[in-house]
Amino acid sequence: MTAVNQARLAGTAGRRRVSSQGLVSKVAGYLAMALVVFVIGLPLLWLLSGAFKEVSEFYIVPATLLPVDPTIQNFPRAWYAAPFGVYYWNTIVVTVVSVIGKVVMACTTAYALVALRFPFKTTVFGLILGALMIPPQIVIVPNYLLFADLGLINTFPALILPHVPTAIGTFLMRQAFLALPREILDAARVDGAGHLRTLVTIMIPLSMPVLVTFGLLATQDVWNDYLWPLVITNTDNMRTLPIGISRLRDSEGNIDWGVVMAGVIYVIAPLLVVFFWAQRHIVEGIAAGAVKG
Amino acid sequence: MAQVAGAPAPSRVQREWREWLLFVALAGPNLLLFAIFNYRPLFYNAYLSFHDWDFLSPVKIPVGFDNYVDVFTDPHFHRVLLNTVVLMVGGVCLTIAIGMALALLLNQKLVGRDAARSVLFAPYMLSGAAIAVVWVYIFDPNYGLLRVVVSPLGLVPPNWLRDTSWAMPAVIIVYTWKNLGYTMVVCLAGLQAIPRELYEAATTDGANAWERFRHVTIPGLAPITFFLLVTGILASFQTFDLVHVLTRGGPIDATTTLVYYLYEQGFIAFKAGNAGVAAVFQFVLLFIITMLQIRYLERRVTYAA
Repeated sequence: MTAVNQARLAGTAGRRRVSSQGLVSKVAGYLAMALVVFVIGLPLLWLLSGAFKEVSEFYIVPATLLPVDPTIQNFPRAWYAAPFGVYYWNTIVVTVVSVIGKVVMACTTAYALVALRFPFKTTVFGLILGALMIPPQIVIVPNYLLFADLGLINTFPALILPHVPTAIGTFLMRQAFLALPREILDAARVDGAGHLRTLVTIMIPLSMPVLVTFGLLATQDVWNDYLWPLVITNTDNMRTLPIGISRLRDSEGNIDWGVVMAGVIYVIAPLLVVFFWAQRHIVEGIAAGAVKG
Repeated sequence: MAQVAGAPAPSRVQREWREWLLFVALAGPNLLLFAIFNYRPLFYNAYLSFHDWDFLSPVKIPVGFDNYVDVFTDPHFHRVLLNTVVLMVGGVCLTIAIGMALALLLNQKLVGRDAARSVLFAPYMLSGAAIAVVWVYIFDPNYGLLRVVVSPLGLVPPNWLRDTSWAMPAVIIVYTWKNLGYTMVVCLAGLQAIPRELYEAATTDGANAWERFRHVTIPGLAPITFFLLVTGILASFQTFDLVHVLTRGGPIDATTTLVYYLYEQGFIAFKAGNAGVAAVFQFVLLFIITMLQIRYLERRVTYAA
């Protein structure tokens, strides 16, 4: 405080220099911000512009940054160039069921770890966290062979089941439950609430912010998954959106970029909507995970 | 303590048993699914790595360490290791450096910085396959965006994705573009976690802006940088969708990384043994990295306390 006051008393000359310096750095800051947003946002602009270009416009060299004569024709054409309706249905089913499965697993496992006595509790928790050490890309061959033996290649169970178990979800929910005051649990017990009722009516509602963040990150993860659906599906009626867009590009890329860009928008639009709607939760979840280590 | 009058009180042993059963019912499914889909594959990969099998023939021929010798002496695999390291070093360094610079910029009080953060973070949320499709169009040597950018300068852009020396830089560019939003968000959290008093104390001691940055901000960001280094290494190892869409590991094998090699050996070449070796190798490698991280974190926690 005294230092600040002394600086204020130091005279108007000093103050003017500081404020003009501040102005320069402000202007530089805005210029830098505009520049990085433009450069890093340019691919997204290119995507949007491509989705609204006429076919003939793609062959102008060098290309124009914005469509000369915008059209929405690429969207219906993309819808018929690949079975996007089927891709949407598959992706939504896989994502919704997987995320519900993950959320249930996270809540029940975390509750068991926090509220129940069990002789090998530490071992169970260790084994669940230990699964994080197994990189997801190395399990595809054995899991593919397992579903092949069961005759379940190209089915929803094969697309969904490996997504269901969750270590991060268990960890986050366990932290959230441990943070709740112990008295709440005891009070529920005294009121005669059973374990399931305590979990569903008291602990989950009180841990909603954590659960929502986890659910959103899990949604993004399953929706965008690529390697597993690539190997486990082999016909269009079971493929998900990311595989669909990759195949659309194989058939139409270099020929009709407008249709392909419209297809990309089909794939990313739902997640973009979710992202802008729930951005705070997602960003805070990522930041919290990092700062806490 | 509070027991329902009338109902026969369960004995302590009975109550304990019920609690154990409930524990198994609640935590069991999660653990069981992990056992089936994560732990079992670990052992099955090891088993496959010692056998010669084409996914079709009814017998798997035991070959001892032959697959390991084959893979580790194969020049193609050496190239794969090199590519993996190049993508890792390039991708991780660029995402951290750019993400940190963006965080420092957008940590200032600027109007519109929240909107700017959203735009920069958005690519991280989106499907890697869809993003990579956009970049194939951007890299298109005739009709692409990069042509638009460089042709006014009288330059001709390379055929990024079909040129063995430009394909890997292209993959690194896309990787960096997609992931810098993540590092930015983490760095912003790291910046906000630095106590304000440290800056005030430094100012009182007469430190100028550069000195405050050098002696307060940089040390303050060290733990976050370590976290980003580890998560970045793990993420770069997993990068499959970008490579599959952009280059299919090519041209020739210029962008075949370990994860792509595993996919290629398993699902294109049908060499289960080699895929097993690649899986075991990746597990061991990432296990070592994770162990180093845990030991480092333990040390940090001990010193901090």
